[in-house]
Amino acid sequence: MILANNVSKKFGKLQALQNVSVTCNKGECIALIGPNGSGKTTLIKSILGMVVPDSGFITFNGNNILHHWQYRSEIGYMPQIGRYPDNMRIVDVLNMMKDIRQHKSAIDEELVAAFGLEELKQKRMRTLSGGTRQKVSACLAFLFDPQVLILDEPTAGLDPVSSEILKEKIIREKQKGKLVLVTSHVLSELDDLVTQVIYMQDGELRFHKTIEALREDTGQEKLSKAIAHVMLNASTI
Amino acid sequence: MKKIIKYVMADILRNRIVLVYLLFLLVASFSVFSLEDNSSKGLLSLLNIILLIVPLISIIFSTIYVYNSAEFIELLVSQPLKRKSIWISLFIGLAGSLSIAFFIGVGIPVLLYEANMVGFLMIGVGILLSIIFVAIAMLAAVKTRDKAKGIGMAILLWVYFSILFDGLVLFLLFQFADYPLEKAMVGVSALNPIDLSRILILLQLDVSAMMGYTGAIFKDFFGTTTGMLISLLVLLTWVSLPVWLSVRNFNRKDL
Repeated sequence: MILANNVSKKFGKLQALQNVSVTCNKGECIALIGPNGSGKTTLIKSILGMVVPDSGFITFNGNNILHHWQYRSEIGYMPQIGRYPDNMRIVDVLNMMKDIRQHKSAIDEELVAAFGLEELKQKRMRTLSGGTRQKVSACLAFLFDPQVLILDEPTAGLDPVSSEILKEKIIREKQKGKLVLVTSHVLSELDDLVTQVIYMQDGELRFHKTIEALREDTGQEKLSKAIAHVMLNASTI
Repeated sequence: MKKIIKYVMADILRNRIVLVYLLFLLVASFSVFSLEDNSSKGLLSLLNIILLIVPLISIIFSTIYVYNSAEFIELLVSQPLKRKSIWISLFIGLAGSLSIAFFIGVGIPVLLYEANMVGFLMIGVGILLSIIFVAIAMLAAVKTRDKAKGIGMAILLWVYFSILFDGLVLFLLFQFADYPLEKAMVGVSALNPIDLSRILILLQLDVSAMMGYTGAIFKDFFGTTTGMLISLLVLLTWVSLPVWLSVRNFNRKDL
């Protein structure tokens, strides 16, 4: 579904991505893991077309994303730090998105209700706490029932109850056969979620394998232990 | 595209600065016309206010607005929208609301007191200047990532167009006083939309008789229909060139 081919990107002197090639298919739930500044967000932003790669290309369903901006209607994106126009209310943001996307089929407002945003609807975005803002981002990502979900640190800043709600929602969507790309530093959360792991370091893709293969290679059952094993023995893999 | 324009316009009109700008123009225009007994003299005073204030407000307000909408732009870019249409909508929203403010603030008083050829020309030129400086502001804002730097650049551009450019021209004129520069001056005036607007309007007023030999050459060129059309074309280039460049830049910008 999404195919990145030899994508490289430099920000000034910093090599954010170096010849990254990945293939993501339907029904997979892929965890993007790596230390801070390893290029995870840059890769996600390149897939979304927010960052334009210096070389290499990305295709979505076989179309180069450079020329086919319509593909973004198939993607729900939850940014790491959701930034919204300050003087809009929650309800304005939701309505604006519905208005812009012109979505034909049903709108999925399950999360709006689950997070209790109904009562906060009249609040302006600038008055919201980081966690509430994160909830709005999550609602927007799931609102249009997209085929691909890209979640950048989805549970950062959420309280335990809300992050559990979000996790269950992600699992339900995954079971519907959607592609889910998720980055997180809280590896224990990913355990019952992901089917594949992409490990990045210094802008390079170190490996992309299924979670079973990773467990076998490292001999660790838990993802957090397995990744720790990888980080410590980087040379063995 | 219409929808984004709608949201941008709604956001700008909710902003009090544009309202204050409109009221200021309104007060300035009415007071100028009621102070002078001869309304054509009023027009001249108004011209000087317009040529100073309109570019200043247009360029600085637009630059700050673009930087403050960074979040909004980021949100839109991750949606199924063409980058070009996001940027053009932002431009139309800004240019539209500032032009409307100008039309109400200056256009209505001018139409009341001086509804003739010069009056119409002045309204047209004022609206064009608003649009030109929105375009320049957007180019400055897309080129620089840093907000403080971008706003500084906008102010410098305004200083250049309103003050420095005239100084440079005067300097050149004095340095090359022995050469016949009158015709070249027509070309040089195309390099600054503010100067071009000033000349266009001044030549329609009686004071142009006092501008000497250069004035006569200017009258020969700008006084004719062809000259007017060419200047209009030049002013339109001042809109389209920055817009085109900024769209090109925005298409490749990393957010």
